[in-house]
Amino acid sequence: MPKLNDIKKVLVVGSGPIVIGQAAEFDYSGAQACQGLMEEGVQVVLINSNPATIMTDKEMAHKVYIEPINTETIEKIIRLEKPDSILPGMGGQTGLNITLELHDKGILEKYNVKVIGTSIDSIKKGEDRELFKRLMEEINQPVIESKTIATIKEALVYAEEIGYPVVVRPAYTLGGSGGGIAEDTNELIEIASKGLHLSRVGQVLIEKSIKGWKEIEYEVMRDAKGNCITVCNMENIDPVGIHTGDSIVVAPSQTLSDKEYQMLRKASLDIIRAIEIKGGCNVQLALHPKSFEYAVIEINPRVSRSSALASKATGYPIAKVAAKIALGFSLDEIENAVTKKTFACFEPSLDYVVVKIPKWPFDKFYGADRKLGTKMMATGEVMAIGNNLESALLKGIRSLELKQYSLDHKGVKKYSLHELKEKVMYPNDERLFYLAEMLRRGYRVQKLSEETGMDEFFINKIKFIVEEEEKLKLTKVENLTSDRLKGLKQKGFSDKGIADLIGVTPNEIYELRKMWGINTVYKMVDTCAGEFEAMSPYYYSTYDNEDEVAVSNRDKIMVIGSGPIRIGQGIEFDYCSVHCVKALRNLGLETIIVNNNPETVSTDFNVSDKLYFEPLTEEDTYNIIEKEKPKGVILQFGGQTAIKLAKFFDEKNVTILGTSPKDIDAAEDREKFEELLEELDIKRPKGKGIWTLEEGLDIARELSYPILVRPSYVLGGQGMEICHDDSELKYYLSDAFSKDKKNPILVDKYLDGREIEVDAICDGEEVLIPGIMEHLERAGVHSGDSISIYPPQNVPQNIKDTILRYTKLIAIKLNVKGMINIQFIEYKGDLYIIEVNPRSSRTVPYISKVTGVPIIEVATRVMLGEKLRDLPYGVGIYQETNLISVKVPVFSTEKLPKVEASLGPEMRSTGEVLGVSDTLLGAMYKGLIAAGMDLSHRKRKILVTLRPKDKEEFKDIAIKMNDMGYDFLATQNTAKYLKSIGIEVEVVKKIGEGTPNILDTIRTGKIDMVFNSPTKGNDSKRDGFMIRRTAIESSVELMTSLDKARAIVDILYSNIQGKDLRLYEISQYDKA
Amino acid sequence: MKSYLQLENGVIFEGNAFGKIEDTVGEVVFNTGMTGYQELMTDPSYYGQIVTMTYPLIGNYGINLEDDQSDSPKIKGLIVREKCDYPNNFRCELDLDGYLKYNNIMGLEGIDTRALTKVIRETGTLKGLMTHRRLPQSKLMDILNEYDNSDAVRKVGTKESYTIKGSGKHIAVIDFGIKNNILESFKNKGLKITVFPSNASADEVIGVNPNGIFLSNGPGDPKDYPDIIENVKIMIDKKPTIGICLGHQLIALALGGDTGKLAFGHRGCNHPVKDIKKDIVYITSQNHGYVVNKVPQDMEVTHISLNDKTIEGLRHITKPILTVQFHPEASPGPDDAHGVFDEFMELL
Repeated sequence: MPKLNDIKKVLVVGSGPIVIGQAAEFDYSGAQACQGLMEEGVQVVLINSNPATIMTDKEMAHKVYIEPINTETIEKIIRLEKPDSILPGMGGQTGLNITLELHDKGILEKYNVKVIGTSIDSIKKGEDRELFKRLMEEINQPVIESKTIATIKEALVYAEEIGYPVVVRPAYTLGGSGGGIAEDTNELIEIASKGLHLSRVGQVLIEKSIKGWKEIEYEVMRDAKGNCITVCNMENIDPVGIHTGDSIVVAPSQTLSDKEYQMLRKASLDIIRAIEIKGGCNVQLALHPKSFEYAVIEINPRVSRSSALASKATGYPIAKVAAKIALGFSLDEIENAVTKKTFACFEPSLDYVVVKIPKWPFDKFYGADRKLGTKMMATGEVMAIGNNLESALLKGIRSLELKQYSLDHKGVKKYSLHELKEKVMYPNDERLFYLAEMLRRGYRVQKLSEETGMDEFFINKIKFIVEEEEKLKLTKVENLTSDRLKGLKQKGFSDKGIADLIGVTPNEIYELRKMWGINTVYKMVDTCAGEFEAMSPYYYSTYDNEDEVAVSNRDKIMVIGSGPIRIGQGIEFDYCSVHCVKALRNLGLETIIVNNNPETVSTDFNVSDKLYFEPLTEEDTYNIIEKEKPKGVILQFGGQTAIKLAKFFDEKNVTILGTSPKDIDAAEDREKFEELLEELDIKRPKGKGIWTLEEGLDIARELSYPILVRPSYVLGGQGMEICHDDSELKYYLSDAFSKDKKNPILVDKYLDGREIEVDAICDGEEVLIPGIMEHLERAGVHSGDSISIYPPQNVPQNIKDTILRYTKLIAIKLNVKGMINIQFIEYKGDLYIIEVNPRSSRTVPYISKVTGVPIIEVATRVMLGEKLRDLPYGVGIYQETNLISVKVPVFSTEKLPKVEASLGPEMRSTGEVLGVSDTLLGAMYKGLIAAGMDLSHRKRKILVTLRPKDKEEFKDIAIKMNDMGYDFLATQNTAKYLKSIGIEVEVVKKIGEGTPNILDTIRTGKIDMVFNSPTKGNDSKRDGFMIRRTAIESSVELMTSLDKARAIVDILYSNIQGKDLRLYEISQYDKA
Repeated sequence: MKSYLQLENGVIFEGNAFGKIEDTVGEVVFNTGMTGYQELMTDPSYYGQIVTMTYPLIGNYGINLEDDQSDSPKIKGLIVREKCDYPNNFRCELDLDGYLKYNNIMGLEGIDTRALTKVIRETGTLKGLMTHRRLPQSKLMDILNEYDNSDAVRKVGTKESYTIKGSGKHIAVIDFGIKNNILESFKNKGLKITVFPSNASADEVIGVNPNGIFLSNGPGDPKDYPDIIENVKIMIDKKPTIGICLGHQLIALALGGDTGKLAFGHRGCNHPVKDIKKDIVYITSQNHGYVVNKVPQDMEVTHISLNDKTIEGLRHITKPILTVQFHPEASPGPDDAHGVFDEFMELL
C-alpha cells in the first residue's frame, strides 16, 4: 500500500517529564518517529513539555511546542496548526492517555483529526483490562485469573475466591505504580487502597499470583495489511513478581526451546492481530517453568521502554518503522536501514547476547525501602553486549558505576548465609551480589533456583564467574598464563576485576595483555547475524579473532556519554552528547560515541559515525582509543561519568579536548578551589572541615546558625543538610560520624539568599553567558530541584555585572575551554560562589532552547580552538529574551517508598518541564501545570504544619489563601498561630495524640494540599517525614518550601487561566 | 581438545572439540536460528553438512526425545561459539556434548562463528574438514575432493514403504529425508499416509491410488537425482502433487524448469516470504542451498523471498500442482505459513 495521501500534517505527542517508568526511551522513540515522518515529506507538529529532549529541538519537527501536555493546550495547538492526524503511540502512557482523553472529549472529532497508527478502539482493547481479558478469551489466549474491582470490599471477596497471594494492578498507570503483591488481607487493603487512588479510572485488577513463572516479552509489529513480525524476544532473569523495569533482562531468551519460543511468539502475534495493532506493541507473557502452560500478562499497544531496548539490542528501529506504518506503509515496503538491501519485514537474528541491568537510585536514597516488586523503582538502565552471557553480565555490572568490577562485593560479606537467603528470596537491588555470595559459600544451584525462581541456567553462569573469581584470589600474577588470561577476558572479566582479585594494579594486567597480544576486537550489530553485508556502524567488544571495525584516515573525535540515567545525571547529558556529535559532524570530523544506555538518542547508531556500545570504564574506553586513535576525546558532556576518566586519560597521554584534567581537579578539589577563590578575591560562604562533634559545635558558634553540613567525600548534595541549632547539628554529626569516621564533615555558613546559576562558555580569553538563571527557592534547595527562571526577574544590573566578572575570572583562571557551570548566592547585596562544575550541566538544554544559543555547538567549536569573538553569539551576557521561561522540576518520590519528600540540598527530582510566557505568572502557571499540579480555581482544604521560624513568613501566604476561601486544618501550635492572625482553622491531632490524627486526615482524600515546613528531614521516624510521605502516597499536593508555596498561591490568587495564555512555538522564543 | 576447521579456501579456524572427536568432512553452512538446534541437527536435509550456528550459545535447553525431526542427528559436524555444559529445561534429557558423542558427531566450540559466517557469506558455501590435527593444504584437498553427497536422499529416506493410518484422504509421501513434523502436519489433517522410499517407482506409488502425492524435503542437489526426476514426471501427470523444499525443486525440474546453487543458502527461522496473491508476508523456516531459478513454462510463482527475491513457491496453471521452497511445518521456526497445508488439502 502506498502512503496514505490524506496525511499531510501530523501531531506527535511526547511523553513529558522524565519520571520513574517513563524516561529517555521516549525521547529516542519520539525523535525516531519525527524523523521517520519527515523523511516521507509529512509536516510534523510536536508537543512535549520536556525541554531536555532531542525531540523538542527545532530541527526535529516543523513546529515544536514545549507546552503542558493537556487537552486544553492540545486543542489550542490543533486550532492553530490544523493537523489532519495525531500519532499517539510515541509518547508512552502519557501519549496514549491524552489521546484517549482528546477522543473521549470529542476534540479529535470536532477538528477532524484522525488517529494514525494503532486506533482508539485498539488502544482501548489493549489497555482496558476487562476488554482485553474478554478478547483474550475469544481468541483462546490464556490470561491470569483476575477481576477488575472498584472497592476494597470487592477485592477482599475476590481474593478469598482465588486464594492469596494476589497481585494488585491499577488501571492506566505508569510502571505499575500503586501495584504490589498482597500475601494477606491486611496487605491487600493497604495496596488496593493506594491503587484505587492512583488509577485514573478508580479501578484495580486483582489477579492470581504466578510468582516464580518465567517472564518473557516479545516486541512485535504489525502493519495495516496484517503483516506481523517479532523484532526480539527477551527473558527476565528475575521471574514474574519483579517489574520488568526492575529486572535483569537478557535478549534473546536463553532457556526456551524452539517449541516454547514459537508457542509464545505465535501467541504474541495472534494477540496483535486480534487487537489490530498498527505499529509496535509489547507483549508480556508468563511461562510455567515446568510445563508448556503460559499466560498473557499484559500488552502495551505502543512503543515502550522494552521496545527501545529491543531496538538497541537488535539494530531494528521500531519507533521509526512504527511511524511509517502509521503513514500507511506496509512492513514489506519499508527499507531495513541496517542492510539497505532487505526490508523491515523480517525478524532480526542476533549473534550475541544482550543483558540489561536496571540502575536504581538507592545510592542517593539510602533510607528508601529497596525491596523490589511489581512497582518499578529504577531510574535508568544499562545494556551490555557480549558473545557469551558472562561477558554481557560483567560488562553490565561495571557499566552501573557501583565501583563493582566483579561479582565479589565487599558489602555482602558481613551477612550470614541465613541473612543472604532471606535477601535473595525477598530481593532488592543487590540480589545478584547476594546470590553470588551464596554460591561462593557453596550454596547449591538447584536450591537457589527453587528459592528465587531464577532458572538454573542463569545461576550456573553466575557460578562460573564466582568460581573463576575464587581461583583468581589464589593466583599469583606470575602464574597467570596467556591462555588463562585470554579465557577470562573472553568471559568479560575486566583488567581491574582480575587485578583486584589477584592483588595487583590493573595496569599490570593491561601490560600482560599487551605482551601476549590479547586485544579486544569489535563486532557489528547488524540485525542479521552476519548473513548480509550491513551498514550499521554499531559495535561491541569481544576477544575473538576477527575485528570488523575499519579505522578511517579521517580526523576523529570521541565523545564519552553519560551512562545510565540516575538522579542528578539525567537525559540532559545525553542531549549534550548528541549535540556535541552533531556539531563535530557539521565541522567535517568523524565522530565516535561510547555509551551504555539503551534508552537514549546518543545510542541510536544514526547519530554518530561510529557507536561503541561499551561500559564507560577506563579499560573499556581506552581499548577503543587504542584502536581508533582519535585526535581528541570530549568528556565535558558526559556528566560525572565522563569527567571521572580525565585523570586516567591524562596519564595515558590521551588528548582531552577542552578543560585540562589538572584544571578540572582544581575546581573539584575543595582546598585547591578555596585557594583559587581567595586569590581571585571572590567570596564564598565561610566554612571548615571538622572531625569531631565538639569541633562542629565550636565552628557553628563561630559561623552562627543556620549552617550547611555535608560529608566531604560525596558529590551532588548527597547527605547534605541545613542545621538551625545545636540539637540538629548534634543529631546530624553523631549519625554522620558513626557512618564514616575517616573523612571530615564540611560545615559552611548557610546563606539564606537568592540562588543564581549560569552555564558559560569560555575560550580561554573570553566568556559567553547565554543566560543567567534565577532560582525561585532560596539557597538550600538543590539547584536541580529548584524552579529556575530565565531571564532573572530580581537580579539587579550590578549583580549581573559581578556575575559576568566572577565567571570570567574563574573560567580564565581554571583555563576552561568549553563549558563551566557556576552557582552563586546573592545575599544582602553581595555575591558568593557556592559551586563550580567545569563541565556541561543539566540546565544546558533548557537554556539553549529558551535563548536560542546553541550552547553545545559553541562550546564544541571553542574546544576545537575557535574563538568566541569569531562565532555569531559574541561574548559577555547574551541578550535576554522578552519571554519568560521557567523550568520546573518533576519528582518520582511517590514511586520510592520511604524516601524523603521535602525539598532540600539533596537532589531528588527525576525530570523537568518548561513553561514559557510573556509574564512570570504565566510561565510559572504553565510550568506547574506541566509538572502535574492542579491549579484550577476552586476552594481548597489545606493542612498546615509550620516550624516556629517559618510562621511569620507564612503569614501573607495564609492570608491570601484565606481570602480565596480555603479551609485550614493545622496541628495545635500552627493552629494557634493561624488563629492569631485571624484565620479560622480546624485542629488536627499530631501523630502521637490518638486517632484520627493528621495522617488519617490526609488519607481520607479530603485534603487538597499539605504545607509542611521540614525541620530535619531524612529521619523516617519523625512526624514531618511521615506527614510528607503520607501526602505523597495519597496523591495530595505537598509543599515544603515557602518560596514555592508563595509562588503557587500568587498564581491561584491572580485568577490566571490556562485558556488565556498564548502558546509559543520554539522558534518564537528569542523573537517575541 | 584443540581442534580445527580447515576450509577448502585455506582458511583455518581453531577451537575445542566436543562430541565424538573424529575427523569429519562436509559442506560448511551457517544457520541463523536462535533456537531449534536439535530440530535442525535431526533434519535429514542437513545430511552431509557441517552446520555453524550463528547464535553463540548452543545447547542451553539441552536435548529431549520429543523434538527430533528424524531418528537421529544427520549433520556431519556442529560448530558453535559456546556449547552449554549446564543445560536446563523441564524437558531436557541429554546435554549436547553427550548427544553428539553417542551419535558419533564431532563438534567444535570456541570458534569465531561470526567470522566464519562472513567467510561463507563472501565466498559461498565451502567444503571443510573438522580435525584435531591440522593437515597441509594438499592433503586437505585430497580429502575434500573425495567428499560426495550425491546419493544423500537414499541414505536418509526410508528404505521400506509403510503406512500411517488415518480416516481422511490418502496421501502418498515420497521420503527423501522427511522431517517428522511434515508427517505430523499431515496426520493432524487426518490423512491416511503411505510413505515410499525415494527410489519407489511411479507405478508403485500410483498403484496405491492415493488422492495426491507429496514430495518431501531432503538433502543435496536436485540435479543429482535424474531417476527421481523421471519418476516425478510420470507421477505429476497422474495425481495432484505437492512438494516442499527438495520436492519443490524436483517438481520444477520435472516440468522443465531449472535449479541452481545459492551462494550461501537460506538457513534460519527468520526468512520473510511473500504470498503474492494474498499480498502478505510470512516469516518462515528455511533450509536450502539450491533454488529454482527458472520457472517451468506452465507454472506461476506464488511466493518469493523478500530478502533476495528468489522463488519460494510455485503453482501449475492448469494442473493440481503446488510447491513451496520454505518449510511451512516449522520445527524449528515460526509456523506463520502453516496455511500452506490447507492449500495442499484443497488439491487432494
